[in-house]
Amino acid sequence: MLNTLTQPHEYPGKLLVVEGIDGSGKTTQLGLLAKWLIAEGHRVFITEWNSSALVKAATKTGKKKNALTPMTFSLLHATDFADRLLYKIIPPLKAGMIVLADRYAFTAFARDVTRGVDRGWLRELYSFAVRPDLSLYFRVPIEVSVDRLMARRIKLKFYEAGMDLGWSANPVESFRLFQGKVLEEYDRLVDEFGLQVIDAAGSITDQQRLVRAVVAPIVNARATEPDMVAVGEDV
Amino acid sequence: MTTAGQDEAPDGANGGSLAGRYYGRGIPYLPIEGYPGKLIAIEGTDGVGRTTQIQLLREWLEVKGYGVVETGWTRSPLMQPTIEIAKSSNTLNKLTFVLLYATDFADRLEKEIIPALKAGFIVLSDRYIFTALARAGVRGIDRSWLRSLYGFAIAPHMVFYLNVDVKTLIGRVLASRGMDFWESGMDLKHGDDIYDSFRAYQNKLLREYASMGDEFNFRTVDARRAVDRIQDELRRQVAAFLEGIEPPPAKPDL
Repeated sequence: MLNTLTQPHEYPGKLLVVEGIDGSGKTTQLGLLAKWLIAEGHRVFITEWNSSALVKAATKTGKKKNALTPMTFSLLHATDFADRLLYKIIPPLKAGMIVLADRYAFTAFARDVTRGVDRGWLRELYSFAVRPDLSLYFRVPIEVSVDRLMARRIKLKFYEAGMDLGWSANPVESFRLFQGKVLEEYDRLVDEFGLQVIDAAGSITDQQRLVRAVVAPIVNARATEPDMVAVGEDV
Repeated sequence: MTTAGQDEAPDGANGGSLAGRYYGRGIPYLPIEGYPGKLIAIEGTDGVGRTTQIQLLREWLEVKGYGVVETGWTRSPLMQPTIEIAKSSNTLNKLTFVLLYATDFADRLEKEIIPALKAGFIVLSDRYIFTALARAGVRGIDRSWLRSLYGFAIAPHMVFYLNVDVKTLIGRVLASRGMDFWESGMDLKHGDDIYDSFRAYQNKLLREYASMGDEFNFRTVDARRAVDRIQDELRRQVAAFLEGIEPPPAKPDL
């Protein structure tokens, strides 16, 4: 069950992960990647960070009352991740599908450490995770990310902007400070977990070309359909 | 030397050095060194009489002049609704459950326990992380992972383990409120019979608790005895511990 985040998994499917701060364009790139893979005839399943129903309720209560501490924020997301891993990620991997994850455990490593949670504790906490076959990190300078979010007139979310840390009462300034630190944490993760860095300041098509180039050998090396012979029957 | 409590350090501190500190990596943004409060955990399986003992202990401590705060397991406002939903829908995986309980505990630790310790209260905890460790352990969750997960917990100054045998436990539970789904470990699918399931599950739980005794310096208390006999023993040990550290404000006049 444990220490799988640092060891290759044995499922027939492939797990591809995109990481990066808000405004890095990772979700756009993931969407384009999915289009291509589906057009190529692959069976694709997309899963997002923070999307399981049960934990959403608790996160909402916590956010509304501004009641989450860095530790409870971290543990809630780990709970959510466990739920999603067991119900949404592992079954399609077992079925030989390509699972595209919009953010993964690395998001927790980068954000929660910035909030003051212990780095080593987090690694142990997430040791039940499946190691991705490929993790793409969309690296973007903080100013580019802020400009993109401002251009889309997106209202910065409380926790995304790190407002809970009280570093600045101004959401944009808080975002800049908080996500700037998050970027530093991501840089540590590149070597530690072998993240593939994509320069996310470049054009969308240039990035996608690179993404497809690194994804191609992995999905082509995909194992064939899982054996349909009933389990437990010795041949 | 074999009686519980006699082989402790003179100041009665639980295991000496670790009491009042984080078990593992802890919470870096919350340094707790030197907080004046004391954390006392009362552990034991369902129906063993923990809550009654805590009420009596609290009354006694307050009469002596100590400030007391009680805390329990799964009572945090943040997670209570979520945990209730999860229990009633019975869809959650055991790993997810473990993490939900840990989240709940973290909330209580930061908002109740740590502030109370900082302010010098005696915190009486009705169950502590050992219940979570025991329940998850019998459900097959990796024990070393569980210990690193709960590395942010504070080691209590005293842990009383109310020990009982399954036969006595069954008698008590049936005489009071009956057996419920979770306390019977029905999720483990030992079978449809709640009595058999309760017995098998509680037997496993008791073994799991017992196996943690040395690791976490449990002061094992024989809980088969009458309520006041148990209370006498708790008071004797707590008094001995507090005398050496923080004597009560004034000797009773009477």
